[in-house]
Amino acid sequence: MELALNQPAPLLKRLTWFDWLFAAVVTVGGLAALSRFGDYMDIYEKGILLASIPALAVSGWFWKPFRPLFLAVGALSLFAISQYGGNLARMEEAFFLKYLISSQAAIMWMCALFGLATLAYWGGLLARSEFTMKTASTLTWAAVTLGWIGLMVRWYESYLIGADVGHIPVSNLYEVFVLFCLITAMMYLYYEARYQTRQMGAFVLLVISAAVGFILWYTFDRGAHEIQPLVPALKSWWMKLHVPANFVGYGAFSIAAMLGAAYLLAQRGILASRLPKLEVIDDVMYKAIAIGFAFFTIATILGAMWAAEAWGGYWSWDPKETWALIVWLNYAAWLHIRLVKGLRGAMLAWWAVVGLLITTFAFIGVNMFLSGLHSYGEL
Amino acid sequence: MNTAPHSFGKSLFELLSSMRFAISLLSILAIASIIGTVLKQAEPYSNYIIQLGPFWFEVFRKLGLYDVYHAGWFLVILTFLVVSTSVCIWRNAPNFTREMKSFREHVSEASLAAFKHRHEVSTDLEADALAGQAQRYLEGQGYKVRRVPREDGVLLAAKAGSWNRLGYFLAHAAIVMICIGGLMDGNLVFKAQQFLGMKKIETRDIPQSQVPAISRLSPDNPSFRGSVQIPEGSSADVAFLNVADGYLVQDLPFVVALKQFRIEHYSTGQPKSFESDVELFDRSGNKLREATIAVNHPLIHDGIAIYQASFADGGTRLALRGWNLFAPTASSFPVDGAVHQNTTLTSAGGDYTLEFVDFRPFNIENMGGEIEETSGDTMSVLGGSPVSDNRHLRNVGPSFQYKLRDARGQAREFSNYMLPLELDGRWYLMSGVRESPNEAFRYLRMPLDADGDIDGFMRLRGALLDPELRPEIAARFAREALPQDAWGTEIEDRLKFSATQVLALFAEGGFQSLGAFIEEKVPEAEREKAAGTYLRILELAAFEALQVANRQAGLPPPQSDDATGWLVRDTLNSMSDLFVYGAPIYLQLMSYDEVKASGLQLTRSPGKNVVYFGSLLLTLGVFFMLYVRERRVWLRIKPGGALLAMSSAKHTIDFEKEFTQHAQALDTLAK
Ligand code: HEM
Repeated sequence: MELALNQPAPLLKRLTWFDWLFAAVVTVGGLAALSRFGDYMDIYEKGILLASIPALAVSGWFWKPFRPLFLAVGALSLFAISQYGGNLARMEEAFFLKYLISSQAAIMWMCALFGLATLAYWGGLLARSEFTMKTASTLTWAAVTLGWIGLMVRWYESYLIGADVGHIPVSNLYEVFVLFCLITAMMYLYYEARYQTRQMGAFVLLVISAAVGFILWYTFDRGAHEIQPLVPALKSWWMKLHVPANFVGYGAFSIAAMLGAAYLLAQRGILASRLPKLEVIDDVMYKAIAIGFAFFTIATILGAMWAAEAWGGYWSWDPKETWALIVWLNYAAWLHIRLVKGLRGAMLAWWAVVGLLITTFAFIGVNMFLSGLHSYGEL
Repeated sequence: MNTAPHSFGKSLFELLSSMRFAISLLSILAIASIIGTVLKQAEPYSNYIIQLGPFWFEVFRKLGLYDVYHAGWFLVILTFLVVSTSVCIWRNAPNFTREMKSFREHVSEASLAAFKHRHEVSTDLEADALAGQAQRYLEGQGYKVRRVPREDGVLLAAKAGSWNRLGYFLAHAAIVMICIGGLMDGNLVFKAQQFLGMKKIETRDIPQSQVPAISRLSPDNPSFRGSVQIPEGSSADVAFLNVADGYLVQDLPFVVALKQFRIEHYSTGQPKSFESDVELFDRSGNKLREATIAVNHPLIHDGIAIYQASFADGGTRLALRGWNLFAPTASSFPVDGAVHQNTTLTSAGGDYTLEFVDFRPFNIENMGGEIEETSGDTMSVLGGSPVSDNRHLRNVGPSFQYKLRDARGQAREFSNYMLPLELDGRWYLMSGVRESPNEAFRYLRMPLDADGDIDGFMRLRGALLDPELRPEIAARFAREALPQDAWGTEIEDRLKFSATQVLALFAEGGFQSLGAFIEEKVPEAEREKAAGTYLRILELAAFEALQVANRQAGLPPPQSDDATGWLVRDTLNSMSDLFVYGAPIYLQLMSYDEVKASGLQLTRSPGKNVVYFGSLLLTLGVFFMLYVRERRVWLRIKPGGALLAMSSAKHTIDFEKEFTQHAQALDTLAK
């Protein structure tokens, strides 16, 4: 018997033609962007662009649904850009832009779709309807697609406003809330496929809906969706790394907290028969905190390195920095308790829920109540 | 040999390396950190006294709460963390290294049989043949396998994910390293010197050159973070370190000269960039280099990084016209000043000190305007366009700020605009005033005349304040108001008297005096009517006053049109406000020569590289710990059967799945 059972073939051999096509598209797209806009970038930004080519390709190889998502977002964003033809006023004239894929239209569609997805997940959970659950997943995918298109198009729009105004849309509270929704939803969708269970979506989508609520309030009440030029402190390539890394952390911690809530309910018998087994919830909660902690570590380090360049010191005990440290210490303690003491169950679930309060304070509370060097996104 | 000191040392060691202690430390550190984010750090002590009152101020000061992160007790917590993490590494090191290397091939059969995760199969295969296949299988799965012959068969001992342990070393050593790097850049050396009386904080407000050596730090100081403000065309060879309620002077190994400081703006008026063109010279005046420093683009020279941190006015020279607001004349006097300098003004009411505080070349104001009703169109459903509408933002030109301090030391703060502003369709020159920095400015608006200046207003003001002109004004007013057949009658005399009285009252205290007079003299039922009459008299008399003032100044008489009417009315309003303006003079900015100053931050931080290296290790370590799963598999093969056992330090669902997979694989192989 020569057969080596289940032996995983080397990664490259497992790739299909679609994987290669995807990688080719990503590479061509990345290089095209480089040749077209390279003159506007500094060496670091070029580095980031080049490094993102393999990062995106590997993400697609590792998580297959990422490929169609990426291609759809890319194609539709390019279509939107072609509809603009360099003229911002087309936003209110061209049919597709006005109703679907100008940045603001796409983001509002994203909000609506996330709202519907939340309802569908809950409907499916309560009615034990697999079909409704599947619809909910589809709605979530659609929301993610439109959200990314919204951000991509917004990026382009910012340059149409003025060559000096243009910047990557991760620079204020409005933009990062959209990013938060997208990252959280994508991480959830990954776990959904990985664990073959959709029930947790009902809980995760709640936190996304809360963020959507914030986006809507922020748009209609405060007009925060307006694209503003960057203050000098934010004009740096570090922003492209620091902010997204942070939001992987925030997104993951939010997922963990919602699963913590699901765990606590299920343990008391509420929805227990409808939710996955406690071990599964617990496992996903751990996975989320692990990935969140890893990215939050990186984000904090990147933040420190940026601070060293912008403010003259890698650590100034500025309130935002300090709260990032508090969040980090909190989850470090969580991991220690679980991994070293081997503790499981309600206590850790409660802790994950409380962790979200701490995280939320670090995320928005600091901007609202404390002033410091990080005063960019005030409410 | 269980002596007391030994056991004390041992329990201390136990405590320090215990998980509970580590978690407590992490929690305490987190909670302690909160304090510094709630109480604003490193403010001037006077602010804390106002905020907290003298008693709590003292308590908080003793606790070091104004600089929590450098307080002794905070450093003690950090030190405990370092010690505890080090002890933890020290304690785990032997075990963990052994485990990383070991295959645990000496495991006994009895203990394998007691494993929670075990799977037994019977087989007809030769032990060696099965062992060979199983070994290949496990290696294919990423395991390292050791094959140990046993008297009645074979034992395969396999392990995977040893780097998990390596991750532990990396991450925890990194924590120690980062804390040490941070301490290297902290102010421990200074604290020690201060404790030993070798250094002292300077709290006096004296020129830098007079600061004594005991409050100066030498250029070889290994680590510092200070700042300095340099006006354009000047240079600095020191930086200032803010410490507690005072400062220290850090001598620099070079001289920084500022050639120019630039602010660029976006079209919306928000600042786009701050840049300083600097030159560095060595101490003997030789030029070392020239560079431009911008936010996010520091200059690093000789291990010292120079950052663009802030900006301020560097002593802009101002040419002003001063008006004595309560003098019955229209004449002004010239005043020259410069920002950050003081002048003395002598007036009838006593001496005033004029302190020029700031100058701003631009003021972007939101001029409001109608907020458009969003129609029921798609764009409003979407929250509107993301393209911001900046139509209401306007640059209203330069302004300068000053304080006027009277002989008793009471000061009011003023902010005067150079250019007029259009309000309700008419143009005014604005002067803001407030009593204390946390109030908003209240504005005095002075109307512009037909020539677009405030001279007309000042002329009229002078004439209205002049008692000697009153008879003439009253006479002119009466003649204008009465038909010719009433001239020279008693009615005219009464009207003249009334006008004189109204003018005198107004000159004494504006509308308020008139109001008070009416309240005192007129029965309640008739007050409203009387007020209307008085106002009418005042306005018409003021128009006559303007005629007189113009004649005196050798100017043509004012047109009797709407514009003049408004000028008169606005002047009366504005004069009435003068009585609460709070200053006897108004300063009008005529021209300026701007000098900017750049605020630079200078740091030397030798610990930075240690911290960065530690951060790299931390990242690697965290990934290894969280993403490399440590697992062991044993396969004990005897003639006729095999036992699979599996263990891991951390049980997750992945582990269960993998065990099931190995068990199935063994079933297949054993067939
Ligand atoms: C203060 C003293 C500390 C002690 C005594 C300590 C001890 C330990 C121990 C024994 C482990 C288990 C290693 C393993 O089983 O693989 C561990 C894991 C870990 N430690 Fe610490 N640690 C300390 C501080 C810290 C700090 C300050 C952090 C940073 C936040 C940290 C982060 C971690 C993480 C993330 C793990 C992951 C667990 C794993 O996957 O094994 N530790 N620590």
